[in-house]
Amino acid sequence: MVQASVQQAGQVKARDAAIGISIALAGSGGSGVMTAGTLLLDAAAKAGLYGLMVRTSGPQIRGGEAAALVRLARVPIDSLDDGFDLLLAIDWQNVNRFADEIPLTAASLMIGDPDEGEPPEVFKASGARYVALPFKKTAKAIAGSWTNMVALGVAGSLAGIPAAALEAALSDSWKRGDEALQANLAALRAGIESAAGIDGMPKLAAGAAAAAKRWQISGNEAAGYGAIRGGIRFVAAYPITPATELLEWMAPALVKVGGTLLQAEDELASVNMAIGASYGGVPSLTATAGPGLALMAEGIGLAVTAEVPIVVVDVMRGGPSTGIPAKSEQSDLSFAVSGLHGDAPRLVVAPTSIADCIAATQWAVHLAEALQSPVIVLSDQFMGQSRAIIDRPDDAGYVAARLTAAADTPDYKRYRNTGSGVSPMAIPGTKGVVYTADGLEHTEAGIPSSQSRDHATQLDKRERKLAQHDYGRYWADIEGEGDAAVITFGSTTAAVREAVARARALGVDVRLIALRLLAPAQPAALAAALEAVARVLVVEQNHGGQLYRYLRSMYDLPGKPASFHRPGPLPLRPGELTTAIVEWAGTGPLGGISV
Amino acid sequence: MTAAARKTTKPARRPAARKPALNAPRTIREFMTLALVMETEASQRYAEFADAMEVCNNLEVAALFRKMADIEGRHATQIMTEMGWSEVPPLPPGRATWEGFEAPETAPGDEVHYLMQPWHALQLALASEQRAEAFFGRLARVATVATVRRAALELEAEEREHVELVKAWLAKVPKPDSDWAVDPDPPSYTD
Amino acid sequence: MNAPTLPAPLTFSAYKSAYKPIWCPGCGDYSVLSSVTKALAKVQVPPHEVVVVSGIGCSSRIPAYTTCYGFHGVHGRALAAGTGLKVARPDLTVVVAGGDGDGYSIGGNHFLHACRRNVDLTYLVMDNHVYGMTKGQASPTTEPDWDNKLSPGGTGVRSFHPLVIALASGANFVARAFAGDPNGTADIIAQAIRHPGFSFVEILSPCVTFRPEQKEWKKLAHPSPVAPTDDAARAARRIMTDDGFNIGVLYAGDRPVYRSSTGKAKLTPADLEAEFLL
Repeated sequence: MVQASVQQAGQVKARDAAIGISIALAGSGGSGVMTAGTLLLDAAAKAGLYGLMVRTSGPQIRGGEAAALVRLARVPIDSLDDGFDLLLAIDWQNVNRFADEIPLTAASLMIGDPDEGEPPEVFKASGARYVALPFKKTAKAIAGSWTNMVALGVAGSLAGIPAAALEAALSDSWKRGDEALQANLAALRAGIESAAGIDGMPKLAAGAAAAAKRWQISGNEAAGYGAIRGGIRFVAAYPITPATELLEWMAPALVKVGGTLLQAEDELASVNMAIGASYGGVPSLTATAGPGLALMAEGIGLAVTAEVPIVVVDVMRGGPSTGIPAKSEQSDLSFAVSGLHGDAPRLVVAPTSIADCIAATQWAVHLAEALQSPVIVLSDQFMGQSRAIIDRPDDAGYVAARLTAAADTPDYKRYRNTGSGVSPMAIPGTKGVVYTADGLEHTEAGIPSSQSRDHATQLDKRERKLAQHDYGRYWADIEGEGDAAVITFGSTTAAVREAVARARALGVDVRLIALRLLAPAQPAALAAALEAVARVLVVEQNHGGQLYRYLRSMYDLPGKPASFHRPGPLPLRPGELTTAIVEWAGTGPLGGISV
Repeated sequence: MTAAARKTTKPARRPAARKPALNAPRTIREFMTLALVMETEASQRYAEFADAMEVCNNLEVAALFRKMADIEGRHATQIMTEMGWSEVPPLPPGRATWEGFEAPETAPGDEVHYLMQPWHALQLALASEQRAEAFFGRLARVATVATVRRAALELEAEEREHVELVKAWLAKVPKPDSDWAVDPDPPSYTD
Repeated sequence: MNAPTLPAPLTFSAYKSAYKPIWCPGCGDYSVLSSVTKALAKVQVPPHEVVVVSGIGCSSRIPAYTTCYGFHGVHGRALAAGTGLKVARPDLTVVVAGGDGDGYSIGGNHFLHACRRNVDLTYLVMDNHVYGMTKGQASPTTEPDWDNKLSPGGTGVRSFHPLVIALASGANFVARAFAGDPNGTADIIAQAIRHPGFSFVEILSPCVTFRPEQKEWKKLAHPSPVAPTDDAARAARRIMTDDGFNIGVLYAGDRPVYRSSTGKAKLTPADLEAEFLL
């Protein structure tokens, strides 16, 4: 770890520790902005800071415009800010398409290469100050160096990251020859030097030296890691954006821990492969996005009826249909909580941050196994494909523990109607307790039955086992005081949390409730969380107000519940949420935004 | 595509597979193995029919098949006892035993119907016993070992007795009407 | 020193459960069930170490009729479930069974890829060229001119040739059996179970209710006049030119079998943290 040095520059505007600074690195394919962004994040971590890097790109497979949206702060950070302090473009080809994703103000700074033309009008219109720096010429002057390293030097220096941290980040990640490394270190230093004359950027004071080691991780990796921690040893995979990286991360990781990832021919196969493997006693998972989840619906229903534990991670993207594959949206919620045919109780769990992708997925594995039920984990593209610096998380301790049948259990019945609803599951290979798992409605012994009494018994059993389970305090994050509460879930939690803090600074106290367990509904637990709350505002990132509608159908909410929802791909920003919360808390029902 | 091109060509009836030459067993043990397999498989098939008839609520015929399964089963047990066997020995490998896929006394698996009546069941049994009788007769004719020939003749006579018993039984059951298989309702939808 | 006591060998009845099939009397599937139990007795694997996996359809009811573990899943996905199971539990004997609609129509894609993947499992298709449980519609193996309510006058669509498709897709063992030959079928299934990789057995299993004309099959079926080959090209030519009633093992190959990494842990989950550490 490189110890951060005190900033040298005299007229540095120190930025609020929690707000941090926001930098967008943009350019066309080949410009290496994603690599530069990742190194900036690494360097920040080495300087004791936290950070988040969100990726955005055009539809092209290669060569398309791309931007790394980086936010650095002295506290853990999981959301993007309202705007950007710096937009650094290696070139401007189609970068205008990101205008909505990279909001600038008159206080912002734009840096571009004059040889690549002027910044697009849409950015200029913000009033942001423009500084021209010849990145390409600078890199060209240093044989064997890359333009993006010059850019990294400029951005890192402007953010206040010590040169030593930037150099260490580059050296540590370098996988090529030493000669090229030296050239790029030189390019990095050239970038740092060329930034020296640029003022007006807020700077971050160096972070406190981390007491413990920190991680740099994406939500997809975090979910994969949490799954393995929970006990997943079989994964069936069909590639789909933005879940593919989760599966790709798990492929070698599973082999190391004695498991297997199997590539399926389609999502119909992957969910059924996971069910088959889990029927064999091995905790199993598959991951997908909305279109794949839709295809898996029948299989998830089989897991409900046959009582086979599986975890399905849905990394949500813009829908419906193919929608917006590489952009985020929280619009699979309705499908996840109710999108199966028949009366099919299932569990739906949503991590509330990148770091929480670990524990929440681990919890999902635990719940699936304990309750012999499918669990859908609702992650999303924003969390899944973004990288964050996080404190090393403690092991949440959730492990797979399935109630199994002992060999030769007398009068064994697989679907025995037990008090808890959970019945011992015989694992193939166990003598004297053979049974046939069935998606047909069945008797307690597992024999197909169309009789009303068997149907009623098994429907009750499957519902009861989920309803009676004690989910503990982890079911939701409940923070703050106040007689008004904001309810949200998933990746918008961070933006809402930030908005609640800003509202508090403005004198408006609002409670935050981020639901981690979305299904089954927890009326008693939510009632306790809403004690003394007079009204609620539901915040989510979709067009239909899906959480709002779900909550209103499943819970008795106090007062006249209000809704703030907007579809993806633009993230909900803390500033707009602060305004909404303050207005709503101050003036009653949210005007114009209610569904 | 023309209608003619669409039309499937029915597979041409293959010239009947060459009948395997009936190799007479060379020992009593081999012979009794054949007899045992015949009785066992006949019994199993009747038991299968009995199960099927029970499921279709045709209890009268189910009971009849169950009885036949028991009779053939007893014959099998008898052979096991006589030979002092505790398990069914394997058929001698590589030696043609009977023509066709199944042992001569086994009733064909597809010759049953859920509305069949005792008369039909007995017709099946009769045909089976007749095939068994003919089989042992042929064995007796091709047998080269005297003890085997004698045993074949004995079993031929036994099967002839069974044929007569079944015929007598048949005489006591009514002949079905011509519309015995008519079901006014269509089959059920299941899964 | 005493010789170890060997357990009594398992007979076919040890594999047959007390549940009575719901099939029509006369259905070929009864014989197939009997063949499966006889094959398992030949292989002598204990019933609790066998899983019979199926989808939906008449023949897919087979798991519960055995004393093996059973998995009766959704329509068309039996091979997927069986594949996941075998890869996660390589120690088990996995037999996937179903019908022509389940395996070749709704499950057609899984069939191709199961052949390609060559996981060590056995796939039995009881082919009666018809959807029985939905009362008589054309399946992929139905003749194009077979008249039925859903496709009056016939579908007009060529029928599917599962054996050659299996061979071309990579199955390691390809055989045709006939329900009317239960002992021969048992022998083929036993060979299929023992053969490494994906073993496919297409079993002609007449439907007495919707295809009564299939009673003729017993006159047409005949043992294959030639020995199995390990030459895929030769097998393909035979399969494409035979009369469709050639019973026996048609291809027994040596194609590379899928290897599962299951069970050989080199690291603990905590060891994986290293890659996130800064």
